[in-house]
Amino acid sequence: MVTVLLPGPLRGEAGGASRLNVAAAGTLRAVLDEMAVAHPRLARRIRDERGELRRYVNVFVDGEDCRHSGGLATPVEDGAEVQVLPSVAGG
Amino acid sequence: MATLLAIGTAKGLFLATSTDDRRSWEITGPHFPMTGVYAVAVDTRRPTPRLLAGMTSSHFGPSVATSDDLGASWDEPDEAPVAFPADTGVSLGRVWQLMPAGPDEPDVVWAGTEPSALFRSTDGGRSFELVRSLWDHPHRPQWEAGFGGQAVHTVLPHPRDPARLLVAMSTGGVYRSEDAGASWAPGNTGIRAYFMPDEWPEFGQCVHKVARDAGNPERLYAQNHHGVYRSDDDGRTWSSIADGLPSDFGFPMVAHPGRGDMVWTFPLVADGERFPTDHRCRVFRSADAGGKWEPLSVGLPEGPFYPAVLRDAMCADDSTPGGVYFGTRSGSVFASRDEGDSWSTVAAHLPDVLCVRAAEV
Repeated sequence: MVTVLLPGPLRGEAGGASRLNVAAAGTLRAVLDEMAVAHPRLARRIRDERGELRRYVNVFVDGEDCRHSGGLATPVEDGAEVQVLPSVAGG
Repeated sequence: MATLLAIGTAKGLFLATSTDDRRSWEITGPHFPMTGVYAVAVDTRRPTPRLLAGMTSSHFGPSVATSDDLGASWDEPDEAPVAFPADTGVSLGRVWQLMPAGPDEPDVVWAGTEPSALFRSTDGGRSFELVRSLWDHPHRPQWEAGFGGQAVHTVLPHPRDPARLLVAMSTGGVYRSEDAGASWAPGNTGIRAYFMPDEWPEFGQCVHKVARDAGNPERLYAQNHHGVYRSDDDGRTWSSIADGLPSDFGFPMVAHPGRGDMVWTFPLVADGERFPTDHRCRVFRSADAGGKWEPLSVGLPEGPFYPAVLRDAMCADDSTPGGVYFGTRSGSVFASRDEGDSWSTVAAHLPDVLCVRAAEV
């Protein structure tokens, strides 16, 4: 089981929840794939139709930016915390 | 009867409603705050009008939502309404155009996208499928991006023949289908591309907007990246109608939906000087299919005026007499209820206006 922390703008896509328990581990891709089953609209806010992380969405696995630790192949252990944060972007 | 004016901006959608024949307006919004609303449509073919909005969040990507209660509530499908199939290897940048098809196909809605592609919905705009024939066109690798991105920004169904369809893209130009989108041929003969070594190529033009005449559906008008043109053969060939305009540069081109030969545009000085001509806020109208043009400014701001009007930020309604609307990059929206003879301010100080669409609802 992995805990996914959601930022304010995305909580509406998860029934208002700020955190989700996702029954998956192994890689970040596996966690996001499993989350997409129950929350498809949340999932496409985070990844595009190719499955790639959107450019201005950052995902941290136990505090580490996944872009510096293997991207979607970043290992995620059981009990880990995955935090989704919008980057500082926009005008 | 009310008139609804949908105003897509860089930071959300605003809806203006008039119940006194377009004299005054009540505005709600922003709907979808902090998203760029590049495409909006009011589909009046249905028993209940449907609003469609294409919005893009800089963080969370693009999507399309619909409303069957004039914007009181919105519905966005779980699955992405517009998405490229996996084998294409690309992802949707944004939806640039949402266009209901003709009256013979009441559930068909077209979407033009960035990157340049056409999508078709058969469920009123809830879900769309890529039109493979255009995506697989051998010219596609040579379609380039303009400053705004590479996009199909114009989709024009033929009002009497569902087999005929025209799209326009920047850059790439006009493409036509006569077999319901099964095959496509460029339709740019006569449109100049001054920015290419061969200034009269088969394709590659930077067409900014195309509009179809109400009285004669074979007649089309195009505002080009320098050049204003008319076609009288459904987009096969084009000839200049720029004489009489202060400039042949600009973005919008709007045809009167109920009166043939009437068209409006908003000229800018030049590619390298994107200000209204003479730094004045003026719409130009032709009532003879581009033979003569007249400036319209009664009720518009006087004095120096610098904001531009983007390609979809001008539209006409389906009322009588015809209403005309435009929004500026400085967030002002103006309306005319007499085909442009006089104008009033609908809204000011909105975010940059990207698109407007109006209809009786």
